Amino acid sequence: MRNVAFLLVGTFFGIVLYKSEAASWFRIYEMFQFDAFHMYGIIGSAVGLGVLFIQWVKRSRAKSFQGDEIIIADKQRNFVANAVGGILFGLGWALAGACPGPMYALVGAGFLSVLIVLIGALLGTFVYGLLKSKLPH
Amino acid sequence: MDFIMQPWPWYVAGPLIVLVMAILILMGKRFGMSTNLETMCSIGGAGKFTDYFKTDVKSKRWSLMVVAGVVLGGFLGSHLLSSNKNVVISERTVANLRELGFSSAGSAYLPAELFSMESLSSPFIWIILVLAGFLVGFGARYAGGCTSGHAIAGLSNFQLPSLVAVLGFFIGGLAMVHLLFPLIFGS
Repeated sequence: MRNVAFLLVGTFFGIVLYKSEAASWFRIYEMFQFDAFHMYGIIGSAVGLGVLFIQWVKRSRAKSFQGDEIIIADKQRNFVANAVGGILFGLGWALAGACPGPMYALVGAGFLSVLIVLIGALLGTFVYGLLKSKLPH
Repeated sequence: MDFIMQPWPWYVAGPLIVLVMAILILMGKRFGMSTNLETMCSIGGAGKFTDYFKTDVKSKRWSLMVVAGVVLGGFLGSHLLSSNKNVVISERTVANLRELGFSSAGSAYLPAELFSMESLSSPFIWIILVLAGFLVGFGARYAGGCTSGHAIAGLSNFQLPSLVAVLGFFIGGLAMVHLLFPLIFGS
């Protein structure tokens, strides 16, 4: 039953990513050219409302649907990794014109060549796992 | 119903993305779309090569259900909920892209020059697609998250590591589009 709920949340997310054109390579290029407000509006309004939601969760000590305490873990503080990894991710984001969420939505939309990008992403994840102990963190 | 069939504006999309994050957090999970790549490596047997992938796959099954949903959502968004799949980007962007050889700019959802089946006859395009994916996958793990986990969930929770990562995303993206695109795609 919970699995069906996760499937539905994902489905909704996929529709939003496709319909907002956040999954369009062109929108990502346009964002990095500063030619439109669209992507900045999406990310900006999401972060603005996200701050309100997270603050509400923390201050009201909101419980999850199952009645458990909600723990929002801090992100690992590793500025070299955050910065270098971030730059590599950004290079790929602009070239692929998609980050992981939109890639899945694009495959569903019928762009099968995005599967090649996803295979690349799996390969990149795998190689990171192999090299992790040798990389500066 | 026409507004659903049209592209959704940012002030609709942004709040709906937060709704997705809120539901996942209230379900006791987190908002992030790249950790599932790690889970898929684990399922594929990557744990034989390094302990990094020896994780409890069962506890991550929920994220694979979300991924399956996103694929389905992309299908529904494209095939049932769109009357026109052209992405109307700014005229300046179209002009820039035409100069780089992307003649499909302004009249497609993705550039045919990179993503059409015909383009796959070129080994150069394969290299571009695999390399782009590789950078996304490697970079997301190294940075500790992607656009959803860092830029939206992390910044919403005032995480300094996320701010550093997002600045990195933009440095990388700007370098790719402004410095490397003319070298890669320019004639």
